[in-house]
Amino acid sequence: MKRVALEGSVAVAEAVKQANVDVIAAYPITPQTHIVEKLSEIVASGELDAEFVPVESEHSALSVCIGASACGARAFTATSGPGLALMTEMVFIASSMRLPMVMVLCNRTLSAPLSIWNDHSDAMLVRDSGWIQVFVNNAQEAYDHVFLGYRISEDHKVLIPYMIHMDGFFLTHAIEPVELVDQEVVDKFLPPYQPLYRLDPSNPITMGAFVMPDQYAEVKKAQDEALKASYQVIVEVWEKWGELTGRLYRPVEGFYLEDAEYAFLSLGSYGEVAQEAVEFLREKGKKVGLLKLRLWRPFPFEELRKALKGVKTLMVIDRAICPGGPGGQVALEVRSAFYKMDGPRVVDFIVGISGRDTTPEDYVKMFEMAPELLEKGPEDYIIYGVKE
Amino acid sequence: MRELEKIRFTRKNLPREEYFLSGHRGCQGCGEAVALRLAMKALGKETIVACATGCIEIISSPFPETAWGVPWIHVAFENTAAVISGVEAALKVLMRKGRLPERKIFCVGIAGDGGTADIGLQALSGALERGHDILYLCFDNEAYMNTGIQRSSATPFGAWTTTSPPGKKTKGQMTWKKNLPEIAIAHNIPYVATASPAYPYDLMTKVRRGAEVKGPAYVHIFSPCPTGWRCPSNLSIEVARLAVETGVFPLFEVIEGKWRINQPKKELKPVEEYLKLQGRFRHLDEETIKLIQKRVNEEWEKLKKKASLFPYEE
Amino acid sequence: MKLSWREIKPGAVITEPGSSRNLRTGDWRNERPVVDKEKCNKCGMCYLFCPEGAIYETEEGYFESDLYYCKGCGLCAHECPQGAIKMVLEV
Repeated sequence: MKRVALEGSVAVAEAVKQANVDVIAAYPITPQTHIVEKLSEIVASGELDAEFVPVESEHSALSVCIGASACGARAFTATSGPGLALMTEMVFIASSMRLPMVMVLCNRTLSAPLSIWNDHSDAMLVRDSGWIQVFVNNAQEAYDHVFLGYRISEDHKVLIPYMIHMDGFFLTHAIEPVELVDQEVVDKFLPPYQPLYRLDPSNPITMGAFVMPDQYAEVKKAQDEALKASYQVIVEVWEKWGELTGRLYRPVEGFYLEDAEYAFLSLGSYGEVAQEAVEFLREKGKKVGLLKLRLWRPFPFEELRKALKGVKTLMVIDRAICPGGPGGQVALEVRSAFYKMDGPRVVDFIVGISGRDTTPEDYVKMFEMAPELLEKGPEDYIIYGVKE
Repeated sequence: MRELEKIRFTRKNLPREEYFLSGHRGCQGCGEAVALRLAMKALGKETIVACATGCIEIISSPFPETAWGVPWIHVAFENTAAVISGVEAALKVLMRKGRLPERKIFCVGIAGDGGTADIGLQALSGALERGHDILYLCFDNEAYMNTGIQRSSATPFGAWTTTSPPGKKTKGQMTWKKNLPEIAIAHNIPYVATASPAYPYDLMTKVRRGAEVKGPAYVHIFSPCPTGWRCPSNLSIEVARLAVETGVFPLFEVIEGKWRINQPKKELKPVEEYLKLQGRFRHLDEETIKLIQKRVNEEWEKLKKKASLFPYEE
Repeated sequence: MKLSWREIKPGAVITEPGSSRNLRTGDWRNERPVVDKEKCNKCGMCYLFCPEGAIYETEEGYFESDLYYCKGCGLCAHECPQGAIKMVLEV
């Protein structure tokens, strides 16, 4: 194992190289560009034997990956914000066609207005797309999850594409310490992709037939059941990775939750900042904790409820707005996880819209605001720090 | 290009296997089905097809049945060229890495005029520019037929469609047909051709040449639709023949930028012979028909001029 | 025949090529082609022009239409250079 300082994007590119990906198709968009640029270098130099397809749009990027995966190739793409929006038709199709692949989504605000900065509005756009989705907290996780993604999505019990949500700029452009895994370990953990079905003249199959109303619901149910069932494989594979590298990832990760009455819940890199605030508040004797939600789809209902047992007030850190709706999407899902059960009261903070800087002091402020906000109804949410 | 010359289908070497099989849900007399059946014969077993949403896709893939005898993938309407690029890239790298045995597999993208000229144009342009070793077949029935005969940019001037109906203000399609073969030629690809099912051996020959040539190839296939063009189901081939004979759809090949016209006769028949067979042109007055004739003559002269400037020498 | 969600292959993949041949598209037609063997010179143009691929070559080299699939479009009759094929109403 080699420990190096790497920019998050470069760490992802390193992982793609080590995973011996076959086809890379991507369209440049800030803040994903460094991933694509590094991958171009890696392929041009011959370090990775792959076809780098410089597509003419994000929609085509995922279309190329779909065609490649259907032929049994290991495919990779990455995009951000508006690029994901353009790609969305294909996002739903890739999962419904049950084609394994990995996509890194460098979270960026959806337009309008145009902004290159980070929030989760693009992630929430594809909430229902049927992909396995994880939110990583740092460059190390982003690197690790490329391997985990291929291993899980290519499993014949799964066959679902894997989306890694990686906060744009905060994670893609920051240099962090990353432990690179030895190639032999990667090779043993991740053998070459053996597709269950592939386009092959020796065995002609038809992929993507149209389905009539009298059979469509069955196809969708099969997909839904497969996504739910993948939970088992995900947990097992993450445990295996924990044994190999010492880094055990869990669908949810708790800090100071054992006796917490208050807790923050966050997805992605903002959690690392909230953690500092929690430690500060603990020193002040406050019973605060933090829950990092790593596995977004399939949603870890049981683990979430277990981890938050005893918490009275949950401050959800949403990073996107659902305009005219119930506020933030994460609070919505968490509330429904506790529907008709004993669970915490949820305060919904929408934080860091389009990358607005949020410091540990801000989390402390949110903690202080929480009791008052609880008096308002569950439909209420607050866009933290917005200038009135 | 000597090797391309050797590829020629005749009665003697006509392949008997079918790869676009019976039982498909095409309309009676579907000209597109004739053309597709012939194209698949020319391509043979070692082919992977990526297909756009459209008539061909709908008539051939009603789950759980399929009319395809080769591996086939449908993804969406506008991305056929991108999907087949992914197929080509995958086969290339997997063979290079030794994970698949080396063998020649034709990567063929199939789409209609809608999925090529309009919503699919970007993906086509990208794929042609990137130089993938693919064949792209555009089956042109001159409208969005599968959704109910709406106009496309390949709908000819004056034609009735449900979104270009003749009325007091406008007289059917008011723009001229987008010239897709010229767009393909502008991408400097090794092989571009036009074909019509009324000339079956010529069609098969061109499809096979496009598949065999190294790099991107584009074949534009005229596909009469009796349902949308409002003609009896038994006239599809005659209409396809008249389109060529009147110069409305001239037959040519452009090989490495050099032109070769394959018109069966030098003299063109008057366009009216072609137009009068189809109900979609029934509303045209004499003035409009004259306009169409003028345009056909102009385009024909331009075509001959180009062919004489950059002729393909055998 | 509806499949249960458990029976559907991932992505609704169809593994049997040409399974469309189950459908008797011959039920669609009003007319059927009849060949006059005296006139037929076995040129095979009808075989090329059939949209269904329903026309097949017999051992003698004549061409006949498989009525299981023939939709009665009349292309073969219209295109036959010898006029050897007539479309006859189905009764």
